[in-house]
Amino acid sequence: MSTIADTTESVAAGASRPAGSEPEHVTIIEARKGLQLFDWKELVAYRDLFRFLIWRQIKVRYAQSAIGIGWAVIQPLFSMVLFTIVFGRLAKIDSDGVPYALFSLAALLPWTYFSNAISDGVASLVSEANMLRKIYFPRLLLPLSAVVAKLVDFGIAAVMMVLLMIYYQHLPGPEILILPLLIVLMVVTASGVSVWLTALAVQYRDVKHAMTFLIQLGMYASPVVYPTSLIPEKFQLLYALNPMVGVIEGYRSALLGSQPIPWSLLAVGTASASVLMLTGLAFFRSKEKVFADVA
Amino acid sequence: MSHPVISVENLSKAYRLGHKEEVPDTITGAAKNILMAPWRNFRHLRSHSITDAEGGEDDTLWALKDVSFEINQGDVVGIIGRNGAGKSTLLKVLSRITEPTSGRAVIRGRVSSLLEVGTGFHPELSGRDNIYMNGTILGMTKREIDRKFDEIVDFSGVEKFLDTPTKRYSSGMQVRLAFAVAAHLEPEILIVDEVLAVGDFDFQEKCLRKMQDVSSSGRTVIFVSHNLAAIGTLCSRAIVLSKGAIQASGTVSDSIEEYLSGSRTKISGHSVRCGEKQVFVVSSEEREIHRKCEEALSFKLQFQTPDPIENPSCGFIIYDKSNAPVVGGSSKFQRQSSGGCSNTWKLTCDLGHLPLSPGNYTVSIWLGTLNHDLAKAANFFDITIDDTDPFNCGFAVPKSWGNLFWRGNWHFEADSIAAAQK
Repeated sequence: MSTIADTTESVAAGASRPAGSEPEHVTIIEARKGLQLFDWKELVAYRDLFRFLIWRQIKVRYAQSAIGIGWAVIQPLFSMVLFTIVFGRLAKIDSDGVPYALFSLAALLPWTYFSNAISDGVASLVSEANMLRKIYFPRLLLPLSAVVAKLVDFGIAAVMMVLLMIYYQHLPGPEILILPLLIVLMVVTASGVSVWLTALAVQYRDVKHAMTFLIQLGMYASPVVYPTSLIPEKFQLLYALNPMVGVIEGYRSALLGSQPIPWSLLAVGTASASVLMLTGLAFFRSKEKVFADVA
Repeated sequence: MSHPVISVENLSKAYRLGHKEEVPDTITGAAKNILMAPWRNFRHLRSHSITDAEGGEDDTLWALKDVSFEINQGDVVGIIGRNGAGKSTLLKVLSRITEPTSGRAVIRGRVSSLLEVGTGFHPELSGRDNIYMNGTILGMTKREIDRKFDEIVDFSGVEKFLDTPTKRYSSGMQVRLAFAVAAHLEPEILIVDEVLAVGDFDFQEKCLRKMQDVSSSGRTVIFVSHNLAAIGTLCSRAIVLSKGAIQASGTVSDSIEEYLSGSRTKISGHSVRCGEKQVFVVSSEEREIHRKCEEALSFKLQFQTPDPIENPSCGFIIYDKSNAPVVGGSSKFQRQSSGGCSNTWKLTCDLGHLPLSPGNYTVSIWLGTLNHDLAKAANFFDITIDDTDPFNCGFAVPKSWGNLFWRGNWHFEADSIAAAQK
């Protein structure tokens, strides 16, 4: 179960071997060169800390607040009401033939998760700057734990979605089976963006100021209030480079069955999310060594 | 049989003073930075080829420079040095918080570093939650903490408040809880910074005792402190850092001596400047005093003042080799007045048979009148008390008995009545 305990045992075993044989747990400290993604073994060794960081985020988030976890519902709920009035009733934006409330909530579900996850992720390293200066642990755990912790809010908002579907008596089709895949893609996208922005935010506080604005831009660059079908056919694949496009349209397909699964959007989105994630990890890794000095 | 568990080779860490160049704070700065990059890279490369050996462009601060040492299994090593000598940087590099600029260190074994007590404590979380949080950050697994949980709570003495958010704790309780977690770490190598500086006297005592336990259990400890007495009692070896380089390394007493000799006030021509203009010339024929234990001890000095003074007085403090005061005295407090008015005085201070234990001591003196301070001279005299058998009994006085050997009036009586009753 525990890697660290296992390592200690192997060290003990090493001691009984003839002199000259090295114990297992060797740390080499030197200036890092070249490109690296992440130290997988180390992340595994620190998985207890990862769990506690996630759990701390969840526990602390709604401490000393009257509504508590209710905030996870309020944010998407009010956005949905507002969008339904402004875009559904007043602007009469096409909603693929489903009630606009369902149409927008199906998009707000992943979008709210995504925007909260990245803003929390970005804040994580800067707000824990003191910890960075006092102790070593894989720094990647901080933004990742913020992203994972937000899944709790996502789950609560999903319950609201189910209630709304019951209210509209809207049953999902077999497309619902793709949902786990969509959630994975959503988390990977949020992680990729978080890791990039976090590494930048430690050094450039500009990122922190730009966040609200960027998230708003991002919402209009994703099909939250309008359907992708409004985008001209020839630009759709370019548009899908934003991984959230595939994710949001996927949710609509899975939950509302208003359209077939958008495989091409998802394929492009998966590819760009992977690139985002891998480059993000490499960038984070290259910046990691100066975190303690500049944070 | 003991191979080095930590070997450090030519470890260097540079910080840029004009950090703007390397790490711009704004996007505009970064843009400018990108435009200027080729020129800067060129300059950087050139400066490398010229000054690499001497070590340093103007804007580079070498917090550590070519530091090499080895630490064996079970060593308890103190690191001493003045502020800015690079002690904390060394610990940060060894605990992987920051990367070295060049050189390498190889550590064999599980390391826990304690650069602060209570890292990761969150004020909103309860004491119980913070024990887990802090413990995992220090590198324990959840299972380990589960096992030691009761012990930790016992040690901290906050069991009543375990489910209260730590923000409602007094600061003393917070520190106790944090230290309780740290004290239950069981690493093979422990790296400790000046964490003992916080807390009251009792707490520091507790910390020291715990450190003693750790070091006597055969674990390897690296310990940074300004508290030379603590270093002296805990450590077997010490490394003296000065301006990022190793000044001395060896047994703990040698290193402390080396460190103190570096910080000794050199009184050039035995003159002490005091205030704006006044120069006091203080001199003595015998500034290095060698004595045997319990031999009569006295010191003599002459001093000249610019203006004639009445009623001069003198005070002294004797320090041991870890710079802890042993004993002091002052003629001013004894209201000893002297006749006359002069600008040249001769002084003899007779300390009688002051029973200093064998070892090295320094004496700082103070000169003044009944109303004014005139001059202070730190480390004016050196006293060496020989550790040869002073009482002709075949034993030397052990150093561990403290700084004074006290001659008591012992009185034994055979208790024949009690013996008969048995």
